[in-house]
Amino acid sequence: MNALAARRRHPAAIGILLLIGLFLMGAAYAAIAPRPAEAAVSSATQVDEGKQLFLANCASCHGLNAEGRATGAGASVAGPALAGVGAAAVEFQMGTGRMPMRAPAAQAPRDDRIKFTEEQITAIGAYVASLAPGPSVPSEEAVDPARGDAVKGGELFRVNCAMCHNFAGAGGALTRGKYAPALTGVAPKDIYMAMETGPQSMPVFNDTNLTPEAKRDIIAFLTAVNEEPKAGGFTLGSLGPVSEGMFAWIFGLGIMVGCAIWLGNKAA
Amino acid sequence: MMTTANARPADALRADDRPVSTRTPSAGARKIGGVAGWVDDRTGAAKGVGYLMKKVFPDHWSFMLGEIAMYSMIIALISGAFLTLWFVPSMGHTVYDGSYAPLRGVEMSEAYASTLHISFDVRGGLIIRQIHHWAALMFVVAVVVHMFRVFFTGAFRKPRELNWVIGSVLALLAIVEGFSGYSLPDDLLSGTGIRAMQGFVQTAPVIGSYLVYGIFGGPFPGEAIIPRLYSAHILLLPAVIIGLFTAHILLVAIQKHTQYPGPGRTNDNVVGFPVMPVYAAKAGGFFFIVFGVIALIAAVISINPVWGYGPYDPSPVTAGSQPDWYMGFADGALRLLPGWLEFTALGYTLSLNIMPGALILLPLVYVVVGVYPFVERWITGDDREHHLLQRPRNAPVRTAIGMAGITMYSVLMFAAANDIMAIKLHMSINDITYFLRTAFFVAPFIVFWVTKRICLSLQRADRNKVLHQRESGTIIRTPEGAFFERHEGLSEYERWKLVDFEPVAPIQLEQRVDANGVEKPLTGKDRMRARLSRFYFKDAVQPVTPAELAAAHHDGHGHEAIEAGEHAGSVHR
Ligand code: HEC
Ligand code: HEC
Ligand code: HEM
Repeated sequence: MNALAARRRHPAAIGILLLIGLFLMGAAYAAIAPRPAEAAVSSATQVDEGKQLFLANCASCHGLNAEGRATGAGASVAGPALAGVGAAAVEFQMGTGRMPMRAPAAQAPRDDRIKFTEEQITAIGAYVASLAPGPSVPSEEAVDPARGDAVKGGELFRVNCAMCHNFAGAGGALTRGKYAPALTGVAPKDIYMAMETGPQSMPVFNDTNLTPEAKRDIIAFLTAVNEEPKAGGFTLGSLGPVSEGMFAWIFGLGIMVGCAIWLGNKAA
Repeated sequence: MMTTANARPADALRADDRPVSTRTPSAGARKIGGVAGWVDDRTGAAKGVGYLMKKVFPDHWSFMLGEIAMYSMIIALISGAFLTLWFVPSMGHTVYDGSYAPLRGVEMSEAYASTLHISFDVRGGLIIRQIHHWAALMFVVAVVVHMFRVFFTGAFRKPRELNWVIGSVLALLAIVEGFSGYSLPDDLLSGTGIRAMQGFVQTAPVIGSYLVYGIFGGPFPGEAIIPRLYSAHILLLPAVIIGLFTAHILLVAIQKHTQYPGPGRTNDNVVGFPVMPVYAAKAGGFFFIVFGVIALIAAVISINPVWGYGPYDPSPVTAGSQPDWYMGFADGALRLLPGWLEFTALGYTLSLNIMPGALILLPLVYVVVGVYPFVERWITGDDREHHLLQRPRNAPVRTAIGMAGITMYSVLMFAAANDIMAIKLHMSINDITYFLRTAFFVAPFIVFWVTKRICLSLQRADRNKVLHQRESGTIIRTPEGAFFERHEGLSEYERWKLVDFEPVAPIQLEQRVDANGVEKPLTGKDRMRARLSRFYFKDAVQPVTPAELAAAHHDGHGHEAIEAGEHAGSVHR
């Protein structure tokens, strides 16, 4: 330590300090900043493979260079431009079976029959990410419900998501046949990427809106809602008073009138 | 079975009081009798109780609908009393630290925290909460179907119009009571309901914002609304409901229950069982059935999971925010109302985008329901007392009006669920809304027409059955070689209910003459009445008269020898 102290007035010291400071800043930035850098680390062959897959499966709607294609009817598009949507969008859309879209519809529905392997999806993701930087796929740790705070997540969910997805994540209607789907059984990673990329009518919740920790809290909440024992019994789909009223009319009244008829027929 | 006959309606009131039996009672009965005697000596209650106990009650399952309402109400009262032991009607701030982990540490009102406490930390609390809520839903369901029964059978006719009006008020109070209860837990859903109510009140022209300040004791949400709703919910409304309900039941006892037409039943008697012991046993048993069914539902099916909604906070709202079903029609009206009903005149703005559904519709429905008996009575000019019910088909226009009204109400009610239908049926919420808007205006007419046609056809079928009896499909060859189809006879009993209704005809416009022999001119009112009367009765199907019956039977007499014991029908040779 003495040797260091002695040289602290060395003319080069200031330069070295500056260098160290800059390095730390850079490292901190790299750690904190959203990482569009995924594409950079993926190999050129992966990007090439991704491009081939893209041309074969997606270009018909999204254009040969993912620049988007108009249908020719007004402002509607066969598929939007994909530069900048990032690997996360591809992973979400393909991982939940939404893309490649099977048929034009109000909304690309979730579909569990996924025809692509993990590697193929990653490759297409790498290709799309290589076009322009965009959100990348989150790490396992970032989506681990065990590390999140379900209580905080519940509050965030009610403020940010319940208006579309319903208080229990049972889903809700949007205009003209669009809908916010039920969130039961959605993988934590997909929940994260949905917030990151804002598919279709869903808004994007970037890291300034909802920090990565907040996103993880929401994941913890949704996992807890899925897993908690239903205290009151069957939930009738957690759809609120409509399903309760229907139950009262059909089953409640039905059973009681049945009993009344039975009792009425019983001669004294 | 017993029949009590009464010559005139006025005497009829006490006609079924019978002399007290003189059998020597058993020891146990004597003990009870001793207590009863003690009470009677001090209150003179025996006479009234005896009167009620010996009432004769006709038996029909549809007469139990009112009982379902009564029992559900009682169950709601009992379970509600249990809830008051723990519920804290306060909007004071607190931080939850009960045993429901996903909300621990969340700031909320004391009302919400105490509801969570009842649900998770009071033994049996959750099932009582669910019993209370299911009983409330069943109460209103049963009130509504009971009302349908009374309406479609014409039980509201003189002298029961008054009871019908009491009933309408009860029905309105029941849903207000329900709404005030729904608003108490202060979870996200109930808070959204109160917020909507605040908006509705605000749409009252001129006084809206003052009213809101009055109701909330300041700007929304303030701290006063939950305590106020609480006193309405557990004190004011139940007191009025129970009072009116008692009047309702006493009127049923005093006026006697109506009965369906049938053998031996006339407008001047009641055929059935005396309350004690038969009817009381049945009714008491039925109470436990209703209680059992509600408890079973409450034990198995979750209702209003307040812990899932989270505490109320004015910024969030959840998809699928709906009121309980009985307020649905008002919510649905709001969802259907178009957005262009705002007018500006002389510098003032009159916004009717919300008010018709929010403030006018609700009382209007119950006023229309309440005045119907009087309107019908004016149109038919029928001033007689009616103790025999009508089969719905025998009043085709009334039945059709009722069905049309139910249709309108249902369209509005379904509209309140347009978002749920959209996600469950994979349809566009816009299309559903357009469809229901159209249906609101078109469907009642279609339903009216179809119902009326069905009623008239059923009436004609009844006539046919009485006159020509039932074709048995059995062809019989006589010794002379003639063929005929055997028509199976109706017994006197079967026939009774098919012919026992009154012939009707539209009121004719006739010149009236006053005391001096001067013709009174026909007023517009007379003409209106005649027109409405034609609307009701112009294509009425009349009951088979004895003469018609005799004529029809004359045809078949030739075969009575062959069809011993049965009436043979018309002969086809
Ligand atoms: C049938 C036409 C069609 C095909 C084929 C198709 N897409 Fe799409 N894609 C769409 C449409 C339309 C949208 C826009 C949906 C929206 O946002 O409303 C879309 C959206 C996307 C998005 C989301 C863009 C964003 O803004 O977040 C991604 C990522 C995507 N597609 C990737 C793919 C990939 C990868 C493939 C091939 C495996 C593919 N798509 C195949 C029609 C198609
Ligand atoms: C404006 C309404 C809206 C809001 C607010 C909203 N979403 Fe969504 N969300 C949607 C729609 C619409 C979709 C369907 C997108 C699609 O099918 O591509 C969706 C899809 C999703 C999915 C994918 C579900 C699946 O089946 O794969 C998840 C997960 C999700 N949202 C989570 C959230 C979370 C968490 C929030 C709050 C931070 C949120 N959403 C807020 C409308 C919304
Ligand atoms: C608090 C809610 C109500 C309760 C607890 C209730 C209960 C009852 C009961 C137990 C009866 C006798 C059995 C029966 O005929 O079903 C009855 C009869 C009757 N109720 Fe109600 N009722 C309620 C609301 C209504 C409503 C909303 C109406 C109509 C607007 C109505 C109109 C009548 C009439 C006219 C009778 C006499 C029927 C007859 O004698 O045939 N009631 N009610």
